[in-house]
Amino acid sequence: MYVAVKGGEKAIENAHTWLAEERRGATDVAELTLAQIREQLSLAVNRVMAEGSLFDPDLAALAIKQARGDLIEAIFLIRAYRTTLPRFGYSNPVETGEMACDRRISATFKDAPGGQVLGPTFDYTHRLLDFKLAADGEIPEAPQGPARQEPTPHITEFLKGEDIIQDEPASDETPGDLTREPMEFPSNRPLRLQSLTRGDEGFVLGMAYSTQRGYARNHAFVGELRIGKVVVEMDIPELGFAIDIGEVELTECETVNQFTGSKTEPPQFTRGYGLVFGQSERKSIAMALVDRALRWEELGEDNLGAPAQDEEFVLSHADNIQATGFLEHIKLPHYVDFQSELELVRKLRREAEERITQKEAAE
Amino acid sequence: MSEYNFAYLDEQTKRMIRRAILKGLAVPGYQVPFASREMPMPYGWGTGGVQVSAATLTPDDTFKVIDQGADDTTNAVSIRKFFENTAGVATTEETEKATVIQTRHRIPEAKLREDQIIVYQVPIPEPLRFLEPRETETRKMHSLEEYGLMHVKLYEDISQHGAISTAYAYPVKVSGRYVMDPSPIPKFDNPKLEMDAIQLFGAGREQRIYAVPPHTKVVSLDFEDYPFEATKADHPCDLCGAEDSYLDEVIMDDAGNRMFVCSDTDYCRSRREAGHVGRLAEENAA
Repeated sequence: MYVAVKGGEKAIENAHTWLAEERRGATDVAELTLAQIREQLSLAVNRVMAEGSLFDPDLAALAIKQARGDLIEAIFLIRAYRTTLPRFGYSNPVETGEMACDRRISATFKDAPGGQVLGPTFDYTHRLLDFKLAADGEIPEAPQGPARQEPTPHITEFLKGEDIIQDEPASDETPGDLTREPMEFPSNRPLRLQSLTRGDEGFVLGMAYSTQRGYARNHAFVGELRIGKVVVEMDIPELGFAIDIGEVELTECETVNQFTGSKTEPPQFTRGYGLVFGQSERKSIAMALVDRALRWEELGEDNLGAPAQDEEFVLSHADNIQATGFLEHIKLPHYVDFQSELELVRKLRREAEERITQKEAAE
Repeated sequence: MSEYNFAYLDEQTKRMIRRAILKGLAVPGYQVPFASREMPMPYGWGTGGVQVSAATLTPDDTFKVIDQGADDTTNAVSIRKFFENTAGVATTEETEKATVIQTRHRIPEAKLREDQIIVYQVPIPEPLRFLEPRETETRKMHSLEEYGLMHVKLYEDISQHGAISTAYAYPVKVSGRYVMDPSPIPKFDNPKLEMDAIQLFGAGREQRIYAVPPHTKVVSLDFEDYPFEATKADHPCDLCGAEDSYLDEVIMDDAGNRMFVCSDTDYCRSRREAGHVGRLAEENAA
């Protein structure tokens, strides 16, 4: 007896209720607060802010809680929220040279004005599970020193004096906006950087890694990596001048890349650039490597056919919200397409069998 | 949901989408880039269709959503609910009563009228995409009307399989100019693409909108000696007896017995209400 499948609405509702229950987990365990997520899972919060393209640690914490810790799902929640927000205007470009650095390291100079500041890094931790953390979570107090008062200059500025590093021409042109105009190819560097900074960390990492392994190798040194807070300023038309509207935490990476020159450029060092919301070190280094690889044309290099050099390939597949949506849509019903394929395959098989029978009869 | 604008999108965004729709209608079959927004449902789940519907709906409209021809498939339910919540428009399951119909993978069996708009959800708007993955190349091919590659593909199908092996998303030429992907509708539906209603196609992830105005010539690509054929399962509907509707095949038991039912649930229901009876209808009613 056939009864058509009905009741999608009720099923959806029940699935949502069950999901909410699963999200909460065992009720004899205390519920997570947003402040706990914001303070204790801050790198997850940072990733959600970076790929969600919205700097708001509290909302990111909410998204992580709602998404049961699935960061791509959390990024999606943030993106969907962000797109409904009205645009009041655009801030002035932030000045990362004025950053109050928590961390600032250079792999190219042993020392430079501003010094090497390790900051809160995993780098030299031994990756041993800390069972004590499971027991109490007590922490020793970190020693404090006086904060540097003057701005920390960018390392690349020192190379610039020698004219040995490629110059980035300054421009007052307003860059395009990836979220307001459809992406078209060939694009340009501002749009590429926008796409990379919100691109999936895993994807950008994989692309960057491929350049290190020889697919368009561009031998990058981390000229500088800095993490800290910068002030955001905005021009207020009614006032006629810019005011501070807040501060954001950023990670900035400038790579210095070996370059022996090309048909159009003299031998000199070239640059890749990464800038990401929050403490997002891996992402910003990866971004800088991919940025550098994508600049082959501007630097007169050969197109080696490497994936990381291919702007359309990289930018079309970097966004995890687009990727996950399309990937997961194959869960949706496709009965109609499948039915049409069934009929086609049956027809082709029938015809093929007939041909074989005819051939056998003829023999 | 009252904190959101009518039909969710802000007026600025709707205006941008309407411009793209108008451009699409002015150049039938041409893919107009538009600044697709993140929607509160995933890309690939109808965000293009939803944005086009949002920009098209007025408070007086009656909205119908189908997926695979059915009003009660989960994603159709979800999208209908979204507009009930954000636009408060009337909804219906009856093709006849709807003024705007959003669809995934089907065109309703009932003939659509001039005062109706059908909005298709499109996953990959580029008909040449699987022949040439680069957008930079395919746009050039469209502008030069360079469709040889597509004909070569169809020809190779015939030489290898004895038939064109495209069963859905079968490419069409619109108004004698642009080759267009009609979205993954079965090729059975292709002849219906010449209709009285306005047809709008939205691809959210791929940021494209295109359109076919009413009464526009839409030709399924073929060869003189291998003409296009709109095929369906060679059965009548087991519930309503219709011989002219597209059918879903349903597995009924562990022995693998099958039945065939209309994929257009509203069409099937209205026929049964009008007294048409299929092979298994009585049994079903019992």
